Amino acid sequence: MSDAVLTETEATGAAPAHTTSTGISNEKLAMWVFLGSDCLLFGALISTYLLLRHRSTTPPFDPAEVFDIPFTSVSSFVLLMSSLTMALAVGAIHRGDVRRCRTWLLTTALLGATFISGQVYEFSGFKNEGLGYTTNIFGSAFYTLTGFHGAHVSVGILFLMSLFVMSLRGKLDASKAETVEIFGLYWHFVDIVWILIFTIVYLIP
Amino acid sequence: MAIVERPSPPALQLPAGPQVAPRPLGAFTRPSATTGWKSWLTTIDHKRIGIMYGASALFFFIIGGIEALLIRLQLTSPQGKLYSADLYNQLFTMHGVTMIFLVVMPLGAAFMNYLMPLQIGARDVAFPRLNAFSFWVFLFGGIFLNTSWFLGGGADGGWFAYAPNTGVTFSPGHGMDFYALGLQITGIASLVGSINLIVTVLNLRAPGMTLLKMPVFTWMGFVTQMLLVFAIPVISVALFLLTFDRLFGANFFNPAAGADPLLWEHLFWIFGHPEVYILILPAFGIVSEIIPVFSRKPIFGYPFMVASGIAIGFMGWGVWAHHMFASGIGPMSVAAFSLSTMFIAVPTGVKILNWMATMWGGRLRFTTPMLFAIGLVTMFTIGGLSGVTHAVAPADTQQTDTYYIVAHFHYVIFGGALFAFMGGFYFWWPKVFGYVLDDRWGKWHFWLQLIGFNLTFGPMHILGLQGMPRRQFTYLPGYGFEFWNRVATVGAFIIALSVLVFLINVAKSTRAHLANPVPVGPDPWDARSLEWMLPSPTPAHNFDTVPTVTHLDEFWHRKYQEDETGRVTRARPTDEVAQKGDAADVHLPSPSYWPIVMAAGLPLIAYGLIFNLGIAAVGGAIVLLGGFAWGLEPADDPERAHSHAAHGDGHGEGDGDGDGAGEGDGAGDGQESPEEPAAVSAGEGEGAEGDDS
Repeated sequence: MSDAVLTETEATGAAPAHTTSTGISNEKLAMWVFLGSDCLLFGALISTYLLLRHRSTTPPFDPAEVFDIPFTSVSSFVLLMSSLTMALAVGAIHRGDVRRCRTWLLTTALLGATFISGQVYEFSGFKNEGLGYTTNIFGSAFYTLTGFHGAHVSVGILFLMSLFVMSLRGKLDASKAETVEIFGLYWHFVDIVWILIFTIVYLIP
Repeated sequence: MAIVERPSPPALQLPAGPQVAPRPLGAFTRPSATTGWKSWLTTIDHKRIGIMYGASALFFFIIGGIEALLIRLQLTSPQGKLYSADLYNQLFTMHGVTMIFLVVMPLGAAFMNYLMPLQIGARDVAFPRLNAFSFWVFLFGGIFLNTSWFLGGGADGGWFAYAPNTGVTFSPGHGMDFYALGLQITGIASLVGSINLIVTVLNLRAPGMTLLKMPVFTWMGFVTQMLLVFAIPVISVALFLLTFDRLFGANFFNPAAGADPLLWEHLFWIFGHPEVYILILPAFGIVSEIIPVFSRKPIFGYPFMVASGIAIGFMGWGVWAHHMFASGIGPMSVAAFSLSTMFIAVPTGVKILNWMATMWGGRLRFTTPMLFAIGLVTMFTIGGLSGVTHAVAPADTQQTDTYYIVAHFHYVIFGGALFAFMGGFYFWWPKVFGYVLDDRWGKWHFWLQLIGFNLTFGPMHILGLQGMPRRQFTYLPGYGFEFWNRVATVGAFIIALSVLVFLINVAKSTRAHLANPVPVGPDPWDARSLEWMLPSPTPAHNFDTVPTVTHLDEFWHRKYQEDETGRVTRARPTDEVAQKGDAADVHLPSPSYWPIVMAAGLPLIAYGLIFNLGIAAVGGAIVLLGGFAWGLEPADDPERAHSHAAHGDGHGEGDGDGDGAGEGDGAGDGQESPEEPAAVSAGEGEGAEGDDS
């Protein structure tokens, strides 16, 4: 251990602590990479749906027959509003306002749960009109695509509730702001995916 | 971002007030054993995880190899009657699935896990617990897949499992359910692992280690992980659709309901073609490390090596339909994919030429690892050339589903990947275990493997061009297939013999080392990259001091320099440059129970989906509760939290904030709570270093 090591020590000693090579924290970078991966998951599901939706050999043949677009528009609005409340939660925790952050987290979870309830209500309606999961190929593709999205929202609600409980126990303070922010990335992503699904599945005939 | 402990005398910190027990919400303490078999179950050390990947892959290699021998036995002579067509289908399917997903991929993972953090000067990967989770998920998924033999028979639809052939109608047993769910599980392992290693490479590089100073192996590993992260979700969707069809009666692949059989083929090969680069790129990386060392020259055209790897990574996404030339995708598609397939041969050719140029004029040392590396260069070239013939669509139409294809992909995967991995074993064995494998036995191993390999798969080119279809359980006499089939079977047993020689070599070398340990030193090959700076075997904390990097081939540049006349001379002896591995003040993250617990839940879910939903509920509960326990576990055992407790910065002590790093794949898993891969409590603050939050 001679000169080389000594110079090394000097050099690293000067380097700032708590940095990564990119300057982005490991967790946030991991979330971005994961979301990139998830894009391909939904890409494959949406492609499958587009390929199959008009190929049914048993009724209902036209997806538009079963959809209730005003209802779904409202539940889509609810989900989009949850992105707003999520952003407010992130803003609050960055300011160190734990109480307000907790409120917004809970609101976000409730809005998400409202969306999921709307989906359950909507799907049971479709089922009554004769479109089950195995009825025809459109049914399989539709329920799988929207179901994967719904599962993502549900996982998000689980995390929101975990954050909420953490904040009740005093475990969520300004030092955890980035945790909330990273979860926010996930939540916004899931909302953006819904915009795509709503447009492609419900609005484009 | 390391937690860098500022110097504080130990005497001052421990008595200072009550221990702040980092046990949020009263969760469990962390295990602390570092020796004994239990420590392997809870380890989160990337090196041990790499070793376990390698050992598991060798285990599955033997299983897949036995399946291969059984296939060859049936085909030794015409009208072989050893097994029924059904059992034969299961044998070749499970052989392919095992070799690709449970041998070559995890062998790549073994080398990448062990070496990538070392080569970039990091103390561990970015998320050590997630790393352990990846490994256990892979292992349990592989075991799950193989238990199908005892629960109604293996998968029988071929490794690419074309639907609707793999639907319930044509494959009524449970084999394909095991296939779909088993690959789903190993896919989770690959996905989590890839996110982890991508973040590691991007974030945990030592000071000065810019992207273009990373060794070629690390670069190829990085490209591999990028391919995985985007390819895995596509196969996941395909497998989900197949599972839903088979278990819940969905209609995705039911032609009577209007399904298009091309859907599966597209989804599968959009994953499947990047997958072949996932298999081969780590091998390219290994060879790019071995050849310069034993040629005593730097790698020729480093930027081109890196750029061609990246180019393969991109172009690999645009060639998938060359697997489907015979499926009627239309002349425009065929023409486009023909062209792109010919183009992708260019970056691969660049690599081959650069390896040859590296050897050109070098002082070659034909050690065992070097022989295996040259084996890859030659054998892969043959496989690459037959690959180019597939790009010619009219020729490919003739070759589709013949033994010519079988010959081709064995030349690239066995002749390419497996030769490199074997070479990698011989090359890095001293670094990992502290002793070299016997070179004489190694050379026997190499030559037997080379001869056996060519005898087995060389004749398959001829058989294929003569029209022998692949995947048929027997053939009639009189078509000229007899002789070459017999040769191939003899070759297969020579390969088996070579594997036996390898195992004997490992056993003998280990015994010799135990009887008479001779320290191998940090750098037995006079090598070039950072891992050789460390003592052999690598100490748990990797680097005493994280090096500051100024050159590509940093370690070599510390040993050698040019004098005024431009001649390369030894600047310092290795012992002076190498680290001692005796740093006592490196703080390592504690082991954890939860990765293995959570991973154990996944196969239960899969068994449950097939046999009894009650079991699935138990599995789901284990995953969910394991995930929460993981999130809540303290970053450290309180007893071991020496400087941290006193340090009292509630920062980065992983009390389980559920930031949900990844894993939308199901129950609320993977709350990756921060844990520091080794913060240094020494005076010198480390720069870019792994910790988080």
